[in-house]
Amino acid sequence: MNPLRTFASAKRILLQLKHDPRSMALIIVAPCLLMTILKFVYWSQPQVFQNVAGSLLGVFPMLVMFLITSVATLRERTSGTLERVLISPVTKFEFIFGYAVAFGIASAVQAIVVSTYAIGPLGLNVIGSQTGLIFVAILDALLGLALGLFVSSFAKTEFQAIQFLPIVLLPQLLLSGLLAPREAMPRILESISNFLPLSYAVDATKKVLIGQGSITNDFLIISLFLVFLLGAGSLTLRRTTK
Amino acid sequence: MTSAISVTDLTVIRGRTRILSEFNLEVESGAILGLLGPSGSGKTTIMRSVAGLQRLTGGSIKVLGTLAGDKSLRSRISYSTQDASIYRDLTCSENIDYFAALQGHVSSSTDEILELVDLSRNRKQIAATLSGGERARLALATALVGKPEILILDEPTVGLDPLLRRDLWSLFHRFTDEGKTLLVSSHMMEEADHCDELVLLRDGSILAKGTPRELRTQTGVENMDAVFISLVEKP
Repeated sequence: MNPLRTFASAKRILLQLKHDPRSMALIIVAPCLLMTILKFVYWSQPQVFQNVAGSLLGVFPMLVMFLITSVATLRERTSGTLERVLISPVTKFEFIFGYAVAFGIASAVQAIVVSTYAIGPLGLNVIGSQTGLIFVAILDALLGLALGLFVSSFAKTEFQAIQFLPIVLLPQLLLSGLLAPREAMPRILESISNFLPLSYAVDATKKVLIGQGSITNDFLIISLFLVFLLGAGSLTLRRTTK
Repeated sequence: MTSAISVTDLTVIRGRTRILSEFNLEVESGAILGLLGPSGSGKTTIMRSVAGLQRLTGGSIKVLGTLAGDKSLRSRISYSTQDASIYRDLTCSENIDYFAALQGHVSSSTDEILELVDLSRNRKQIAATLSGGERARLALATALVGKPEILILDEPTVGLDPLLRRDLWSLFHRFTDEGKTLLVSSHMMEEADHCDELVLLRDGSILAKGTPRELRTQTGVENMDAVFISLVEKP
């Protein structure tokens, strides 16, 4: 592994973000805005806000990174830059690693700002540590990245790539325990939710919020999903085409 | 002279379209070979195949003695695509730095390379705001980083002003003096005279090959467009 090549892509992606301050602002401001709306929606039910807003802290990074990654990698595919990267000495691992590092940093910034805002002005009660929340958020972001990378190879246009959001993420969102506890769902739905990565992301976030239970298992399961999805995603980065 | 690129019986079928049929090509090392033909004649497919990006239906390609697409060739070949494959949201120098880093070294010669393609003034300009010609030059510049022994350049001079085109061709000749080999495509016949060797293509097959002088002698006409026409209309 050549360190220069490995960090080249991370640096390049961060530079691209830097040149696009509007996207950066949206990544950070949009979740804060949604949290604010939620606060007022559940004004008379603080406990519901506590549950939903808490879980959403784990959902935002995944959602945002899924979208960014699927559009960004699709752009690399259609603009021909991916081809040029793949015929250079860079390995697929170094390339994906670059994306993971860059978006990991972006999602860390997002998590720090959004969780601070939720805990401070919005009065979200976090019994566990904020660092724990940020750690889980980065893990969720990487999950979104891996899913986005994988899915982008099934899309030919950015328009199609966006359509994968309702197909891939919404069912996970419905079953993740965000709307109703997973244990309270019909048995079959609960079993399905056990196979969806977002469920573990939300579980881990909730555990950190209430400061109870160990997230080691969730961490391990999410990591397994990550390895599998990134592996599958790297297979879709093909050097030769028909 | 040894062959830097040798293409044997290359066949590429995409869907039901036969793009290339048993195409053969030899490029001597240290030479500029020009692939000339109208758009849709198979130039890009040949270049992609040599770069190792095209799945071949049949035939084989050797580049510097190794099968095209081999890992060991990645730092020895560079390929510049027809529509500028650059990052439009990065500046010119950031684009060059990135493609240099992909080759595994820090680009100390970014300014020098920008100078070569006459983009020094646009150093800090975002690529998306460049004109079409400037963008093409930036794409070319990103193919010049590192120490490629073989340059595959798809329509590198399209849309450029005559002065710059002349400068680029003299740059290409400087490359061959250093022993580099160039495979260059163009749909403009007047580019022919800059090449050492020509392959005229039409519908995926070779109309003629030889030096510009040989082709003129063969057809008895002077103008390269006329050479092409007379070869197509030859009974």
